[in-house]
Amino acid sequence: MHTKRTECGFRQTLRSIVHSIIGTSAAGVMIAIATAVLLLSIRTFNPTIQHLLWQATGETLYMVGVAVVLAELIGLPLGIILVVTEKGHVLANALINRILGIVINIGRSVPFIILMVAIIPFTRRVVGTSIGTTAAMVPLTVAAIPFVARLVETALKEVDAGVVEAALAMGASPLQIICKVLIPEALPSLVLGFTITAVNLIGYSAMAGAVGGGGLGDLAVRYGYQRFRGDIMLLTVAVLIVLVQIMQSFGDWAAERLSKK
Amino acid sequence: MIKIRNLTKIFTDGHREVRALDDVDLEINQGEIFGIIGLSGAGKSTLVRCINMLERPQAGVVTVDGTDITSLKGRALRTARQRIGMIFQHFNLLSSRTVFDNVAFPLEITNTPKQEIKTRVLELLELVGLEDRSDSYPAQLSGGQKQRVGIARALANRPQVLLCDEATSALDPETTTAVLDLLQDINRQMGLTILLITHEMPVIQQICDRVAVIEDGSIVENGPVLQVFTAPKTRQARRLVRGVIEIDIPQELLERSANGKQNLLKISFIGASAGKPIMAELMQRFPVTVNILFGRIDQIKDTPFGTLVVELSGDAPALQEAWQFLTQQDLQVEVL
Repeated sequence: MHTKRTECGFRQTLRSIVHSIIGTSAAGVMIAIATAVLLLSIRTFNPTIQHLLWQATGETLYMVGVAVVLAELIGLPLGIILVVTEKGHVLANALINRILGIVINIGRSVPFIILMVAIIPFTRRVVGTSIGTTAAMVPLTVAAIPFVARLVETALKEVDAGVVEAALAMGASPLQIICKVLIPEALPSLVLGFTITAVNLIGYSAMAGAVGGGGLGDLAVRYGYQRFRGDIMLLTVAVLIVLVQIMQSFGDWAAERLSKK
Repeated sequence: MIKIRNLTKIFTDGHREVRALDDVDLEINQGEIFGIIGLSGAGKSTLVRCINMLERPQAGVVTVDGTDITSLKGRALRTARQRIGMIFQHFNLLSSRTVFDNVAFPLEITNTPKQEIKTRVLELLELVGLEDRSDSYPAQLSGGQKQRVGIARALANRPQVLLCDEATSALDPETTTAVLDLLQDINRQMGLTILLITHEMPVIQQICDRVAVIEDGSIVENGPVLQVFTAPKTRQARRLVRGVIEIDIPQELLERSANGKQNLLKISFIGASAGKPIMAELMQRFPVTVNILFGRIDQIKDTPFGTLVVELSGDAPALQEAWQFLTQQDLQVEVL
């Protein structure tokens, strides 16, 4: 457990990050080796392919990065509402709870590829176009919101009911309970949920090619599959694997760091 | 300080109704330590949670320091709750906050200025003896330390009343004693009214002034601890008391007493009489032999309480006189 508060400087933090990703575990060493091998093998491809690969990686990170932040911004409050409106909780309201639950379930049951096409008019309204990387961000965000809401709900439900009760007994208001009890107590789980969302969105973003969104998945389909370039297919998959590993390791490290249990 | 009138709480579990509290009346005076004892499921936890409206009763009135808590809602209820401290069996500390920040929590809720929070928290940590653990997280503390943090936190907003919901039930006997001593100190220093519920008779014995015995949602016996301990009126109270100060006399001795002419007596000494050499006086004044079979001395809060089982033998008239003498003393004598 990390408990020394003095170890807080930027350099130490950076060192811990690097440590957690590559230095400490067998998995970390594997990631470091895989990354090195990957970077070397990328250089064996011709410059055009290399350029395409870096561009696709950038597109994926851009789409996923923006979508995950927006989805958290909207999904977090929704998840909180789901929890606090539940029966017996601080803002119990059966009607709101039921309606929100249904809406979220509907959102989660539509397959992403269909959602992406179905909301094209909405996408055009929001970003002015229905084609391209920016256009792909809209359905990614929309798809991730209900997912985030459920993850947030699960994380907040883990908070000991006794602690909430203690806060109530002290005269805390519902807002104080949300901001000072539920969120801080669930923070490690919330961070893990954030990681899961980001990893999931990388998967979803592979379908962004359908609206000309680009990204690594699109590259794999167009070059690897349709042009029979198995080597490019393999390369993009390898980049995805490394990306996911790094994100997951970082999320685990951050959650562990935040947990005081 | 706390007045409870006709309090009734019914839980519905499917189609079944459970009367957790059935028309409970209770009065707790300013500055006393009042205990409520009962077995699990007797309704004691529900009772204490009705005092700060963590449970809303179906009927009845609870007033704390003249304020009718049952009529309050929203902001008014929150303000009233700030004046009622509470500690819990499982401590219920925030695991993400340090000891300092846990104690600061109720002060943040009441928007206390930062500087004031700091002074108050340090003062409270000193009171509970945890000044050196201020930066620790709850997970790094022992059970007793966690409950001390709980107590400091409950006292932060200077409440008039402290509710203790099985506060020592998760602690070992030694830690329990230490925590109870702390509660008693606080009660004496600040004149704080303490209401504690427990299923452990030794807790009542150690610090309570008065006690109520609860069973199946009703108060079956209620009175000063000494009285309930020395002369329990109901079956439930007797059963609870027996575990703590009652004695088990071997069957063989009881039979001997029943067969022969010997008198087997149980003598209870309360308070000042516990210090008097009554047995010596008995033997000097009357031609009887006293055989002491069993003796112990307990303490109920601050009052010593002695129990002696003796076998008297001698002539019938002498025994008669001895018996007369004993009953005239400030004692309780019982023939076994």
